This record gives sequence, C-alpha cells and structure tokens, in this order.
Amino acid sequence: MDPVAAKYIGAGLAAIGTGAAGIGVGTLFGQFLNGALRNPSAVDGQFGRRLIFGFAVTEALGIFALLIAFLLLFAV
Amino acid sequence: MATEAGPAINPIEQFQLSKVLSINIGGHDFSLTNSSIYMILAVAVALGIMAIGARGGDGVPGRLQSLAEMAYEFVAGMVRSAAGEAGMRFFPMVFCLFLFILICNLIGLVPYSFTVTSHIIVTVALALLVFLTVVVIGVYENGLHFFKLFVPSGVPLAILPVVVIIEVISFLSRPLSHSVRLFANMLAGHITLNVFGGFVVMMLGAGAAVKALAILPFAMTIGLFSLELLVAFLQAYVFTMLTCMYLNDALHPGGH
Repeated sequence: MDPVAAKYIGAGLAAIGTGAAGIGVGTLFGQFLNGALRNPSAVDGQFGRRLIFGFAVTEALGIFALLIAFLLLFAV
Repeated sequence: MATEAGPAINPIEQFQLSKVLSINIGGHDFSLTNSSIYMILAVAVALGIMAIGARGGDGVPGRLQSLAEMAYEFVAGMVRSAAGEAGMRFFPMVFCLFLFILICNLIGLVPYSFTVTSHIIVTVALALLVFLTVVVIGVYENGLHFFKLFVPSGVPLAILPVVVIIEVISFLSRPLSHSVRLFANMLAGHITLNVFGGFVVMMLGAGAAVKALAILPFAMTIGLFSLELLVAFLQAYVFTMLTCMYLNDALHPGGH
C-alpha cells in the first residue's frame, strides 16, 4: 500500500478514539446530572472540583487518540 | 493550491522553533528561540501580576490585587484539599507551575504568537519535575515506607505480585500521561484553530457562491477560540490538581 495512503487511513482510524472519549464524557455528565437533580444541595461542592477534574482526565484520553491522528498526518 | 502534492493548509508550521539569538557554549546549543522568548514573557507577566498585585495590601482590594489574591486562594485551596496542611510546603512550586502553564496557554491564544506548552519537551520537563519531586521527597520523608504505595491493603496474597507490578507500571506512567495530556490538548487546539482559519481563507479565495459561506468556518473559529480559552484554564487546573494529588502520595503514601 502506498505509504501516504496508509498514513491517511491510519489517521482516520485513530480519530475513532475521540468518539469513544465522547461516550465517556457523556456518561460522566449524565451521571452528574442524574445525581444533581436528585440532590441539588450537594451540587456546588462537587461541581467545581470533582466534575471538571473528571471531565478533563477523561477528555485527555480522547485527545491522546487525536494526537496519534495528528502525528500520522503531519509528523510521519 | 491545485499544483501542491501536500495539504493546502499546513497547521504544523505554527509550531516551528526558530532561533532568535544563537548562543553556543562548549559545543552545546543554548540559543534563544522563539519558545524561550515566550517563556520569558510568561514569567514576566506572572511576576508583574503577583509583584504589583501583592504590593497593595488594601482592605478593599483593587482589580490587580484582587486577581493576585484570587489566584493565591484558588491554588492554596487546591493544595490544602488534595495534600492537607503538610502540602503547603510545596505551595510555591505548585503556584509557579499553575501560573506558568496558565499564562503560557493564554499567551498562545493571542494571534501570531507561539504556544510554549504545545511542545512535548516543555510539558515533559514540567511533568518530570513533579515526578522526581514526588519520588525524592517520598523516599526522603518516608524512607522505604514510600514503596508501600505499590502494595494496596486488603489484596489476597495470591494476586499480590500481579497487583504490585500493575501499580508500579501505573506509577511510572504518571509523568507520561501528565505531560501528554497538556501537550496534546494544546497541540490539538491550535491545529484545529489553524485548520478552521485556513478554511476561511480558502473559501474566500474560491468562487462567488462559496465566498458567502465563508462565514460558517469563521463562526466555528470563534466558537473554537472560546473552547480553547476554557481548555487553557482547564488544563492548567488539571495539571496543578494532579501535581497536588501526586504530592499527597509522596507525603502520605498509602493514603494515611
């Protein structure tokens, strides 16, 4: 296979990982909303610290996949 | 554009390092690059904000003093909640990390500037700083008890060796994920901004019907910029938060 074509195909496959991170982030926020609607008084304590931090760490894994895609596209 | 073999948009160009002042000491390259200049700028801005902001001491603070106090309280709260009062020993280092990463990220958002943290070498240096601090302080404070970190309590003896190996690997992967998280976020953000900006230019250069549609990637670029602003703050926060949590592991291995 032509290496340039293989690069582009690889980049496309790697970008699928970002969709998987989307599932994780959606689950996270969904569960947060679930709990927040049941117990609104607990929201302020948890929102800034736990939720934002958990979101960033989960999103990071999706960004790792995007990083591989970019590496294949531009750096190989 | 039609005659080029590669992509018409080249988003990698913005990350090129260029020497501004060539300094050669004993065969090693200590040149001043554009990255160094922006790092110096970030330090100058941070110094300026904190030095001038902390000077006032007014009971009712003005804007800059308020900003400096809010930054202090924010990071101090983070350190105290993650590492306890013993962690305040590391507050200067954590505060410097937070301000440096935040200001580098924010300066990178200014058009035509350079994002220092979008280079893996910078983020790896910061993450290794944290990692080595954790290991050295951990061993210095707790001696060999530090390695109790890898042996969680309540694990059946049969699978203990496997769990220890997994714990060690996950500990060693910390600087990797710590650095790549910041690097990849900054890289991906800036590449995306560059690509959408390139779309605007491409569409404006095409036929009349396409010209009107150029407003769409422009609006997307505006939206992406606000996202990148959020990501700049968020990544600085997450880097610092994780630093505090790792320092907690050094000071109180095994959670107590």
